[in-house]
Amino acid sequence: MGEETTGLKGATVLLNALQQEGVDVIFGYPGGVVLPLYDALVDSPIRHVLARHEQGVVYAADGYARVSGKVGVCLATSGPGATNLVTGIANAYSDSIPLVVLTGQVPTTLLGSDSFQEADIIGITMPITKHSYLVKDARELPRIVKEAFYLASTGRPGPVLIDIPKDVLAQENVEPFVAEMKLKGYKVFGRGNNGKIEEVAKALSESRKPVLYAGGGVVTANAEGILRHLSDKTNLPVVTTLMGLGSLPAGHPNLLGMVGMHGTVTANYAVDDCDLLIAVGVRFDDRVTSGMGHRFATKAKVIHIDIDPVEISKVVKTHIRIVGDAREILEEVLDSLPGFTVPQLSDWWSQLRAWQNEHTLGYDMDRLTPQMVIKCLGELAGGEAIITTDVGQHQMWAAQYYPTAHPRNYATSCGLGAMGYGLPAAVGAQIARTDDKVFLITGDGSLQMSIQELGTIAQNKLPIKIILLNNGVLGMVRQWQKMFYSERYSQILLQGNPDFVKVAEAYGIRGIHVDSTEQVRSAITEAINHPGPVLLDFAISPEEAVLPLVPPGNVITEMIVR
Amino acid sequence: MLHTLAVLVENHPGVLIRVAGLFTRRGYNIDSLTVCQTEDPELSRMTIVVAGDDQVIEQVRNQLSKLVVVHSVTDLTEESVVDRELALVRIQVSSETRSEVFQTVDVFRGRVVDMGRNDITVELTGTIKKLDAFVHAIQPYGLLELVRTGKIAILRSET
Ligand SMILES: Cc1ncc(C[n+]2csc(CCOP(=O)(O)OP(=O)(O)O)c2C)c(N)n1
Repeated sequence: MGEETTGLKGATVLLNALQQEGVDVIFGYPGGVVLPLYDALVDSPIRHVLARHEQGVVYAADGYARVSGKVGVCLATSGPGATNLVTGIANAYSDSIPLVVLTGQVPTTLLGSDSFQEADIIGITMPITKHSYLVKDARELPRIVKEAFYLASTGRPGPVLIDIPKDVLAQENVEPFVAEMKLKGYKVFGRGNNGKIEEVAKALSESRKPVLYAGGGVVTANAEGILRHLSDKTNLPVVTTLMGLGSLPAGHPNLLGMVGMHGTVTANYAVDDCDLLIAVGVRFDDRVTSGMGHRFATKAKVIHIDIDPVEISKVVKTHIRIVGDAREILEEVLDSLPGFTVPQLSDWWSQLRAWQNEHTLGYDMDRLTPQMVIKCLGELAGGEAIITTDVGQHQMWAAQYYPTAHPRNYATSCGLGAMGYGLPAAVGAQIARTDDKVFLITGDGSLQMSIQELGTIAQNKLPIKIILLNNGVLGMVRQWQKMFYSERYSQILLQGNPDFVKVAEAYGIRGIHVDSTEQVRSAITEAINHPGPVLLDFAISPEEAVLPLVPPGNVITEMIVR
Repeated sequence: MLHTLAVLVENHPGVLIRVAGLFTRRGYNIDSLTVCQTEDPELSRMTIVVAGDDQVIEQVRNQLSKLVVVHSVTDLTEESVVDRELALVRIQVSSETRSEVFQTVDVFRGRVVDMGRNDITVELTGTIKKLDAFVHAIQPYGLLELVRTGKIAILRSET
């Protein structure tokens, strides 16, 4: 009966289509309506990594995507499984991370009837996905999967959701349609226009105080190499956003550091004072501009290079706009430079160096400080290691003090600022780059939002090292209450915290307490040398502050420095 | 200022909400929106009237163009176009006002499409201005109910 048919099950068609796109790992969590898919997975070469919560599933796929440059794939069942993905989808959308999100859906016959475990996930996620599909017929899966990967990874990347009813997964004898894409309305911009490129080269050659402002778009476009060339060739100073960390390797003399709320004094002064701001792959986030686009870089001619036309002139008025791929455009700019004179920047650099000498990032050496821990980690692990972080003070200390060498070595939740991101992101990162060292820098608040993913680490024997900066409080919130709410502390104490070393040990993970400066170096060394996962629990004071800080309502030159 | 955008979109479920969602997200108000299938059954055309300064309209246009289901966005505001709106208006009439109401309807080239004992329903097409003027003229007699489709517009042929 039916022996001769060449048709496959819907679920197998889906897995084959994923393989066609080069997928070798899916982060997922099973449930009723995706049972046909989990059944088909048994016979598939695709690896499935079981997380402990769907939020972990999507963050892991996100971490995987950030450090590998590939599309991350995650999978959840319908209803609660799908809605548990929402924060992670929003996170990927905020930071333009390419994801293909597969959700199971109730059978088509039950759609829209408020049936068991039904949620309108397409409706729920419409504002936080680049595009989404509801699959009505398994024969369409090859086309939809192909389109989804193309959409997720091209132009401005982002999450694409495919919602698949159970009967479509279970559909028998599927003869797939030809997988031809039908994306008539979708445009991708590549190269810039020659006239505009010349304008950039001219503006650069005429400027006396230029600054290059690099964001996540540099990472997406793999433009760090060309950016470095350009900076070396013209002596152009570079500031980065949090998303753009590593665009120029830490320690490069032209790097002024991060710009914005917790940026370096020099980076903020430079942006404020520059006469030419070349913004590449940035969106003038309010954590950079203080939400004051009209008072940002007011003396500068602004050049904005971005793949997404919507970003240009959205916040800051742009004088030269170039829509396209950051790498291609910077290459074109570099190519057109010989026709122009290289700018004379010696005065500018002596000003910048003077600021740098006056305002170095500093911290106390006589007690166990978070800055010291991260600095030491940087020395021992080097910029080649991968860092993931959660959200809070530790995230900013990590950005300020860890010497990131490459953009794909730093995965953190920037636009959404989602606590709980770091641990599962480390899982995804370690799975993507098996041979690299992965460190999670986290806080005791954030870690507890995803602590169950220690199980995923244990199950997959991932040698992730967890640097827990344990201050017993929601540190960043406490800092704001201290500085801007007259020390009226409200709901920041994490009483009832577990002994994190024991928690780690309960999962079979090595745990080490560190409570004095003398132990810092040896503990980190021990963790690095240990072949498996390790949790280092650093006891730090709740009084530690992230500085510099641009208070809300101030322009970026009005910083609290100490 | 009011802008009229002609938006060509794919003709399948969920497209309208994707488009409308853009407006809610940024808090832009849609003045009117009409949509129907075009000469190509795979495409629908939306005519969207939205208020805003140049910067707002540019954001709206760019955001719309970014949607995968949107094929093209054209701002017809500065163009030479033929534009129409259809209204159905139910008006109160009495023996004293009947002839005046009919005269007014005539002046505006409306058509009476339904008639009751104390009211009539009039169909009227024209520019927004003309419809507004009619509504204004008829108000004193008793405007019972009004439905308007919103504007549709098409480029004038080049002469
Ligand atoms: C999911 C989520 N909820 C709430 C917040 C608001 N928030 C930002 S930082 C922070 C405190 C973080 O505390 P912890 O993880 O202990 O890090 P620390 O600041 O102490 O380094 C909170 C609650 C957030 N960013 N994400």
